[in-house]
Amino acid sequence: MKLDDFIYNTGQWLKGRGAFSNIVMSSRVRLARNLAEKPFPNKARKKELNEILATVVSATEHIEFFKKSILLKINELDNVDKQFLIERHLMSHEHASNPEGKALIVSEEEVLSVMVNEEDHLRLQVMQSGFNLNETWEIANTIDDALSQKLDFAYSLHWGYLTACPTNTGTAMRGSVMLHLPALVMTRQINKVMAAISKLNFASRGFYGEGTQASGNFYQISNQVSMGHTEQDALQNISGLIRQVIEQEEQARQALLVQNKLMLEDKIFRSYGTLKNAHIISSQETVELLSMVRLGVDLDIVKDVDRNSINELFIMIQPAHLQKIEGKKLSAAERDTKRASLIREKIGG
Amino acid sequence: MQCDICSKKKATVHLTEIVDDQMSEMHLCEECARQKSVQMEQQFGLADLLAGLADFGKPTKEETKESIKCSSCGMTYDEFRKFGRLGCGQCYESFKMHLSTLLKKVHGSNHHLGKSPAKIPKSEKKKMESFQELKMQLQQAIQREDFETAAEIRDKIRDLENNGDEK
Repeated sequence: MKLDDFIYNTGQWLKGRGAFSNIVMSSRVRLARNLAEKPFPNKARKKELNEILATVVSATEHIEFFKKSILLKINELDNVDKQFLIERHLMSHEHASNPEGKALIVSEEEVLSVMVNEEDHLRLQVMQSGFNLNETWEIANTIDDALSQKLDFAYSLHWGYLTACPTNTGTAMRGSVMLHLPALVMTRQINKVMAAISKLNFASRGFYGEGTQASGNFYQISNQVSMGHTEQDALQNISGLIRQVIEQEEQARQALLVQNKLMLEDKIFRSYGTLKNAHIISSQETVELLSMVRLGVDLDIVKDVDRNSINELFIMIQPAHLQKIEGKKLSAAERDTKRASLIREKIGG
Repeated sequence: MQCDICSKKKATVHLTEIVDDQMSEMHLCEECARQKSVQMEQQFGLADLLAGLADFGKPTKEETKESIKCSSCGMTYDEFRKFGRLGCGQCYESFKMHLSTLLKKVHGSNHHLGKSPAKIPKSEKKKMESFQELKMQLQQAIQREDFETAAEIRDKIRDLENNGDEK
């Protein structure tokens, strides 16, 4: 498998399948692990980083799950490639900077990605489509068990898994769910919901990564606390919260359908019309319009396009994706044209 | 007065910034002020928050004189407070007392509950073996109604449990 093979395929987590996939885009479990007796990446020298990388890579070679995976050394990638991987949610912005000794391992269908030597020696991420934290955890847990047969992890009976940042110490696990909440936004209830979530010690952020504002009405909610709860308990807590948010969104959608059906349909079809006909379009506008069309698909108002195609477009319309598809560098203006033509090609009919 | 950033709209927000003891004033329109506040929120990252929290475990003057340093990677507690990242697993032992307070503050608990790796480090294994051994002895002592011994063993278990959780 090569990096360019990713261009025309998207990860399994974008398929729009699984429980509550009308509202939940994806479920994700992330585990941080460090090798015992080795300095964490921020304190490790170049030689040590490379040794850590070699140790991790050789451990993965004997594990079935990694058989069809791809290993990418960050210092061998150009800027567009790095941005491309960030856009696909396979690695962080932080991982793209200071690339020495860093690598990314991605499994088939992008179910699993492992950042080596980011903030911790290993950052495992498992993603699944829909609301499915339990199964996502099971996959991550199995891979973690297999790795811990081969690698000595920094672990203490008292503190749990030892991580570079104390906010991760303990289980070193984050469970998160990406939700599409257009009706809560339209009915102006979203701030109330998000404020309640942060009071309960959960974090929320946007679709396009850490530090980003929510755009396209996507909100990612994750647990903050990694000590004093088992992994299963932490995931159960977050699942309970997510179920309530889903219920709120469903009620808001029903309220819109009952009270403002005509206006809602108008907004959805205008969005669809613009996407199908535009010749120049910015990413911000695209994301807002796609969100409306996705809502239209979920409410069976738009019938001639599937959720999978819309989900894929959220990823494909980003700058590095457009440039990989085109096979060359594009200016911002060229990207706006390319974006419009890609959208017409995908859903123009 | 016009906005300092866009020079188009009327400045209605007046911002005083102090960076490295240098004071500067900015006059902004509402829109530019909103963008500026988003930028400022992003700059005020996790490291700042953690450094703020880490003050709860701030060393006393006497400890600072000796400047607590990790015996393995050489990171000092002050460095950790500044950057919010530890240097190695041994840092947890070296800064045990401070981290115990910090972790409690961050997570509401400073005890791990959850899975353990297939291969537990040797030093930890020894602790676990003695922990399990003690638990067994405690059971036996209770069964034979030797409560004096049971109380002694219970205290030993407590000590082991609190290892890393300085009082």
